[in-house]
Amino acid sequence: MSSHSHVEDHLPHEPERATLEGRNKITAFWLFLGGETVLFGTLFAAYLTLRNEVNGGITGNELFSFGLVALATALLLTSSLTSVFALQAMHAHNKKALVNWLIVTMLLGLAFLGLEIYEFVHYAHEGHTFTASAFSTSFYTLVGFHGAHVAFGLLWAASILFQLTRRGLNTTTAPKVYLFGMYWHFIDVVWVFIFTVVYLMGKVG
Amino acid sequence: MDWLTTVDHKKIGILYLIAGGFFFLVGGLEAILIRIQLMFPQKEVVTAQFYNELITMHGTTMIFLAAMPIIFALMNAIIPLQLGARDVAFPFLNALGFWTFFFGGLLLNVSFIAGSVPDAGWTMYAPLSGTQFTQHHGTDYYVIGLQIAGIGTLIGGINFLATIINMRAPGMTFMRMPMFTWASFITSALILFAFPALTVGLAALMFDRLFSGNFFNPQTGGNVVLWEHIFWIFGHPEVYILILPAFGIISEVISTFSRKRLFGYSSMVFATILIGFLGFMVWAHHMFTTGLGPVANALFSVATMLIAVPTGIKIFNWLFTMWGGSIRFTVANLYAIGFVPTFVMGGVTGVMLSAAPADYQYHDSYFVVAHFHYVIVGGLIMGIFAGLHYWWPKMFGRMLSEKLGKVTFWIFYIGFHLTFFVQHFLGLLGMQRRVWQYLDGMGFNNMNFISTIGALMMGVGTILFLINIVITLRKPKDCSNDPWEDGRTLEWTIASPAPEYNFAQTPLVRGYDAWWHEKMEGNTAMTPVEPIGPIHMPNASILPFVMGIGLFITGFGFMYSGEWGTLGFITVGHAVGIVGLLITFGCMGLRSLIDDHGFHIEEDEILKDQGVKS
Ligand code: HEM
Ligand SMILES: [Cu+2]
Repeated sequence: MSSHSHVEDHLPHEPERATLEGRNKITAFWLFLGGETVLFGTLFAAYLTLRNEVNGGITGNELFSFGLVALATALLLTSSLTSVFALQAMHAHNKKALVNWLIVTMLLGLAFLGLEIYEFVHYAHEGHTFTASAFSTSFYTLVGFHGAHVAFGLLWAASILFQLTRRGLNTTTAPKVYLFGMYWHFIDVVWVFIFTVVYLMGKVG
Repeated sequence: MDWLTTVDHKKIGILYLIAGGFFFLVGGLEAILIRIQLMFPQKEVVTAQFYNELITMHGTTMIFLAAMPIIFALMNAIIPLQLGARDVAFPFLNALGFWTFFFGGLLLNVSFIAGSVPDAGWTMYAPLSGTQFTQHHGTDYYVIGLQIAGIGTLIGGINFLATIINMRAPGMTFMRMPMFTWASFITSALILFAFPALTVGLAALMFDRLFSGNFFNPQTGGNVVLWEHIFWIFGHPEVYILILPAFGIISEVISTFSRKRLFGYSSMVFATILIGFLGFMVWAHHMFTTGLGPVANALFSVATMLIAVPTGIKIFNWLFTMWGGSIRFTVANLYAIGFVPTFVMGGVTGVMLSAAPADYQYHDSYFVVAHFHYVIVGGLIMGIFAGLHYWWPKMFGRMLSEKLGKVTFWIFYIGFHLTFFVQHFLGLLGMQRRVWQYLDGMGFNNMNFISTIGALMMGVGTILFLINIVITLRKPKDCSNDPWEDGRTLEWTIASPAPEYNFAQTPLVRGYDAWWHEKMEGNTAMTPVEPIGPIHMPNASILPFVMGIGLFITGFGFMYSGEWGTLGFITVGHAVGIVGLLITFGCMGLRSLIDDHGFHIEEDEILKDQGVKS
């Protein structure tokens, strides 16, 4: 492939672990995700405590519509899959495919974010504003924290994309791609919990 | 300038020490003012409002801005050296962690200048901390200042974890790791799992206050006990975050100055892990009186009492380490030995408090104040003093004066017990904590007077310690590698202070207490695992400092978003906040986009340090 530089031909199979720096980053990122788990765990706990405190306002059951949420979920789950493809491309040292799969992942993430913003605006029009009740505050905080994570992930991916195209795939950029993949899966898992705890339980239980 | 851009963990350690020491003085001053207010009944030395501000800022400052940073100072200065590592895992992030802590702490204290100081207690219980009861910006300073400082703590914790997991010298298995590093390892893990809960709590309280959210507002369905749960699920592990490194220091100091291997090393490791784990199981013992119900209270009672078991293991191991050793009463060791009975007392009152029915009597009385000061001052602060005396030569190349140190120790130690011992009885007699005045004729007068005298003595002790530092700074840097001559761990195998790259050659570790092990075999140096060669170092950078400033500006702006008027469609406060964020994110972008390959220290320079002509 023409975009392969000289260095890339000599990349090890797992370039993300080739340097101590890369290994440190991966260790630290696993730990960081442990901390993030506590962060979201606390948000979930707060939401579960407050989800029935609607202050005379709208309940989750009245509010949530499944179609939209299901679509958003499908988009995000697919983006996790495409991020795996990106990683596979990286391990095959195929920079072009890596870049392409990253772009697809980002587009899916962007679409998810768009749906979420639409959802929030829609709810707000229904009277479910941030200040309406303890339920609404905890809802927007939990789902919003997740959304902010998605947004941050998109910015991060954009910066990695930029580095990949400018500097190529090497032992500095590879760990970043790998970390982004871990991050993106984590966000996905959190969403599965949000889907269950917020939307499913809000509708059913 | 050098200090603003440094990414050297040893220098960052010194920065932490200076900043933490400064905040320790601020917090100490606040404490003395509190005690002067309570010296006599029904006096008004400070106003009631200012008194509330003092107790709030004293607790917050001491825990977040003094104790933790000074621990971080020692951890930064020593952990890589004990591991035989050249650096920490993330030197840049390490600097960033320091600066976010520093500017967060600064923001918190700017509240004194701005005239609206946090005043709802260091625990910030809702709804007292809500807008209904605290209209002014005090709580905002607390939530935003601590949020920024908390970023730094979390970064530090992750950095130490990664360093310890990945960067141990060859042969340094986990079960050969020095106790201080072990304790720091568990502490860092606790930070990792406890601080995110605080992050959420602070964010939720901030949303309530700045954006009219309803987390903790009962009128709109919010739940005030939720705040207590979130706060203490962070807060109880936090007290173990504070004490475990002190345990580590005590282990090192006692075994060094008993010239004996630490008794029961593996049980010490086990106890440390167990304490770390149990630390997360017992948060509700701070909430027995909130109406959790008898079942929950009983479970949390028992879980709390369980902590006494691993703690007891540690105490006995220290005693057995001293048993039959040839003990040297250096100042560091005085603090360490003084620590043991003091901490036992704190533990005993802790077990008393953990009996839920009894806690209904003690709760929010001076008994609790006595308990936690026995463990935090008598435990942690004594541990810190022990550690500072012990490692001072390694950090600065000079010995603190032992003579002056002994005087300081006795004044501080006696002052400490005078201050807090009587508070147990004040509490049992019914004196509540956080009161501004007490009536005459309640039987409180004498003990409060004694307590204040003790506090003043601790103040004198602290000043003597500062004098000791100043005197020492003027001595020549002439310490040998192993100035105590009984050093056991790797930090004593390299120059004092350590060169920039720590180890000219990575050492081979062949046993627990690696350096002692070699000495016993008659060796005068560690066996290296590599030839001397160029060493790769990270570049200094101003970005962490600038990012800290950016966050400071952001916090300030958002706090005053309602007051400074508007600028077109956006309030001035928000505009300022966004500028701050742009500064921070801009630096992040620069960091990720600009290649920074660091530099090499060349072979001849290293040889010159080693005293070899190349
Ligand atoms: C055997 C060990 C310990 C036990 C059983 C224990 C037990 C307790 C209990 C039950 C309380 C709640 C009292 C109340 O508010 O009514 C308490 C408060 C407290 N403890 Fe401990 N504790 C132990 C060790 C420690 C250590 C090592 C530290 C700090 C380094 C510490 C710091 C505190 C603090 C700061 C408070 C008061 C918090 C506040 O209300 O402001 N404790 N302890
Ligand atoms: Cu506790």
